[in-house]
Amino acid sequence: MTESMKITVDRRDGIALIYTDGYINNQGGEEIARVAYELIDGGYKRLLLNLEKTKIVNSIGISILIEIIEKMIEIDGRLAFCNLTPTIDKTFHIMGLAQYSSIYPDEASAVEQQKSAE
Amino acid sequence: MAKSAVLKEVIVTLPMTPEIERDACEKASAVARSMGMSQDKIDEVKIAVIEACLNALQHSKATLREFELELSILGGAEPEALQIAVRDTGVGFSRTQLEGRKPEKPGLRKRGWGLKIIEGLMDEVHIESGASGTTVVMRKTR
Repeated sequence: MTESMKITVDRRDGIALIYTDGYINNQGGEEIARVAYELIDGGYKRLLLNLEKTKIVNSIGISILIEIIEKMIEIDGRLAFCNLTPTIDKTFHIMGLAQYSSIYPDEASAVEQQKSAE
Repeated sequence: MAKSAVLKEVIVTLPMTPEIERDACEKASAVARSMGMSQDKIDEVKIAVIEACLNALQHSKATLREFELELSILGGAEPEALQIAVRDTGVGFSRTQLEGRKPEKPGLRKRGWGLKIIEGLMDEVHIESGASGTTVVMRKTR
């Protein structure tokens, strides 16, 4: 049953777009964190997580995303999300992620907002 | 929770193995789909089931490393609601004790969101917990 999280990264105009494909549980969350911290070490302060291909999450996976948000706050960076299913969006709101990061309906508006926030 | 007629019931016992919550959520999803529930509601049911299973897997401390998943379609002439019960034989917990826990540090709370997520996604939730285990019963109207 175990399927690993597939992640691809696109670096564009100073923003790192991270595309997830799979279940964000503890392993999925750790994999996203590993990629995010590598990007931060490489100088990226604006990360955008595109969750279009993620249909299920759990609270442990989201708690790892919260750790990434905290790291971004520490370095005065930004982590944003786009293309969430309505249920994942609702779950993020329940857990308070929306207060500490931006959530956009699609990638184009997210990239535009992230650029204009520079 | 109000009593309703059970139109169909599926009870399975699942082992407490890594990622078994995915199996449970797929079973709940199949039953929800069979009763004509919308995809958004099915997605909410799936995440709630995942969280209920994780509670059993991570916090029940059950000696018997299995738990029960009960899926019931409730209604009259037509299916009206899906009721899901996740039952473990662990040590139980006190809701007051959970709510009294302080976050590890100021700011975002990382752990202990399972029940809040279940309550936020489902229409009705009832929890029974004691020395012989915990049962989380949740309901979603069609």
